[in-house]
Amino acid sequence: MTMPPIRRRHGAAERSLSRGAGPVAPAKHALTRRSFGALVAATAGAATLSACSPGPRTADPNAPLRIMAINHVWSQAIAEHLPEFEDLVGRRVSMRLLTADQLSNSYNVKLNASATDIDVMMVRALQEQILFTRNGWLADLTDRVEGDAAYDWTDFQEAPRERSVTADKVVSVPIVTERPALYYRKDLLEDFGGAPATLEEMLEISLELADRNNGFFGYVGRGQRSGAVTQWSSFLYSFGGDFTVDGASGIGTPEAIAAYEFYGRLLAETGPPGVTNMSLEQAMPIFAQGKAAFYIDADAIYSNFLDPGISTVIEEVGFAPFPAGPAGSVPHNIPSWSLGINRFSLLQDDAWEFIRWISGPEMVARLQAAGIPGARQSAWDDSATLASFPNDLAESMRINAENGKGTDRPDVIQVGRARDIVGRPLVAGITGAAVPPVAADADAEFADFLIRDNRQREF
Amino acid sequence: MPSPTLAETPTVAPERPAARATTRSGRKAIPFEQANRRLKWALLSPALGFVALMIIFPLVFTLNLSLTDAFGAVNANNTYIGLQNFIDALTDTRRFWPAVWRTVYFTVGAVLLQTVLGLALAMLMRKAFRGMEIVRTILMVPLLATPVAIGILWLLILDPTNGIANHLLGFVGIPPQEFLGSVSQSLPTLMLIDVWQWTPMMTILLLAGLSTLPEEPEEAALMDGANAWQRFRYIILPMLRTTLLTALVLRGVDALKTFDIIYATKGPGGGSAFEAETLNVYAYGLTFDYQEYGLASAVLVLFTIFIVAVVVLLRRRTGRTSA
Repeated sequence: MTMPPIRRRHGAAERSLSRGAGPVAPAKHALTRRSFGALVAATAGAATLSACSPGPRTADPNAPLRIMAINHVWSQAIAEHLPEFEDLVGRRVSMRLLTADQLSNSYNVKLNASATDIDVMMVRALQEQILFTRNGWLADLTDRVEGDAAYDWTDFQEAPRERSVTADKVVSVPIVTERPALYYRKDLLEDFGGAPATLEEMLEISLELADRNNGFFGYVGRGQRSGAVTQWSSFLYSFGGDFTVDGASGIGTPEAIAAYEFYGRLLAETGPPGVTNMSLEQAMPIFAQGKAAFYIDADAIYSNFLDPGISTVIEEVGFAPFPAGPAGSVPHNIPSWSLGINRFSLLQDDAWEFIRWISGPEMVARLQAAGIPGARQSAWDDSATLASFPNDLAESMRINAENGKGTDRPDVIQVGRARDIVGRPLVAGITGAAVPPVAADADAEFADFLIRDNRQREF
Repeated sequence: MPSPTLAETPTVAPERPAARATTRSGRKAIPFEQANRRLKWALLSPALGFVALMIIFPLVFTLNLSLTDAFGAVNANNTYIGLQNFIDALTDTRRFWPAVWRTVYFTVGAVLLQTVLGLALAMLMRKAFRGMEIVRTILMVPLLATPVAIGILWLLILDPTNGIANHLLGFVGIPPQEFLGSVSQSLPTLMLIDVWQWTPMMTILLLAGLSTLPEEPEEAALMDGANAWQRFRYIILPMLRTTLLTALVLRGVDALKTFDIIYATKGPGGGSAFEAETLNVYAYGLTFDYQEYGLASAVLVLFTIFIVAVVVLLRRRTGRTSA
């Protein structure tokens, strides 16, 4: 008869103890060096094994679908619709909202440890996508998006769609798009014939309206080294420049230097004090409080100026397309936020079902009608989805989308480092330093950086 | 029955120490006390192992990473490059050395100011006065707030356009300042914020030290005609030196590691011209903004060596003084 396993284990323990006991009484309580070592090793081994255990490789049927997202109007809007999806898929959905930096850091920490507790990832396609793909953190969605006629992948606007592809694989789906908008004070611009059509005109009016000693500024915008780069990109393109030209650094070209000097002069001579410490969070309230005539920033933030809790210019604010530079009006038109699937997720099918549902034609139209600009052309073609936007804003968005370029920052792996390099001449311009020498230095640094970036792209 | 002769008396074997027990397999067993002692260590070992793991593992991991070209992800295929990251860091005059200088400048400036102010406040509060408890409670307030909340609070106060600080300065005829928005004013402003937050801590530590000092030497000096400054300089300060140095070590190490206030007010890289980038902020940027884990680890190893050296130096000084 076989002993039940539990008895066998007990017996084994007894044998082990009796083996350690000797014929002399005190030795009954003694440990040999070997058994002491074995005890310590077993304890350490058990601890290590339990810590390093890979855990179950299949998802718990009751596990929620975990979404990590930025605290954004899009996330707040979809929160209302989540119960619909829970009913559809029969699984609870848990969404965690963080700031952009926190979100990026959380991915870095968790995915470096191959964490499975993130299923759907809200990512910035232009900021993190190449790095995350290189790291193998984003699941390949190519077959899913292209093999689903009802999903209609080709309905996505070309520029955002192209940005979803890294290393010939679709790794994200754009959900929010963004262009720069020119926010201006209609009441102050009446005498000038309305919104300026060119950048030069905007500078002239800014200089004329600025009364800096009394706290009124012609133009307010981002001035932080890294934070300003994305908004400055539209100035760069409209001056005929680009971050890279034929794969080499483009920030030392005459066009780029002209764009640096123009942006620097605009903020240095007509902008608020302390502007080099200003990103969106600091610049936006200055315009909202009626202390500036012009402000250029993402069109996605327009609702701040119509919110009586924040804005004193609800009646006065006007919206216009990006003014033309020497090379015309070339603003960016980018997928500011996209959705991807964590490659370590145990719920990849459900994660895709979520992305398919939330970025499908119907839901994008619903969200756009609620004021969140999406990436589907069908939604943009449907005038009903634009009804929630002020007329002049909807028109400026349409024009900017037509003229727009699909990126607002260098297309590299280490976007953070690239922005720091590109932003240096920008700060020089704002602080009144000579731009050409700083641009030449930054150009040389950026050229070295691009060589290294090319090497690291071999993945 | 004749008594046995001495010669016949059976010899009793002399009592020998108990032979060490042997196990069935012939190995020597350990006596109870010794076993008990070992068992104690065996039972303690999981907790000790856990603590050691939490301290040693990150250190060893960081040290290992600092010798590799780790970039993008720490679990990628990294190559060992020897001390190249250390060489890169130590020859970097654009970011690393300015960050070292700012770390020292910030720490020395902030801690010295806190010490002087803390000592002055502690001397004032040494003798009981009416409302002392209320004053002590108010003094504690900056200590209770989180650094990020403090950063945001000061950002609002010091905002060059909408902040209250420039309005108040305007009342006394001082022109508006850029404070945290200025390249040259940022670090001194951050030092003052740190002083505002941590002077109470210094006050509390020094007040505790003052309360333990004997009163007789001071009374004797008073009888000999020493004035207040002489009593402070020649009686109180020497007796307080050990407490003072301990407070300096505690606060100094803490100030060296300051991160949250700088990041909350100046953002990544310590500002547009890296004007407030200390070593901690630099290492954070290398890790999370640039994903250069190898170089970041090397900077952190150098930073750890720097902190340990400062602590050892101050501890030696404390040891000599107390001896």
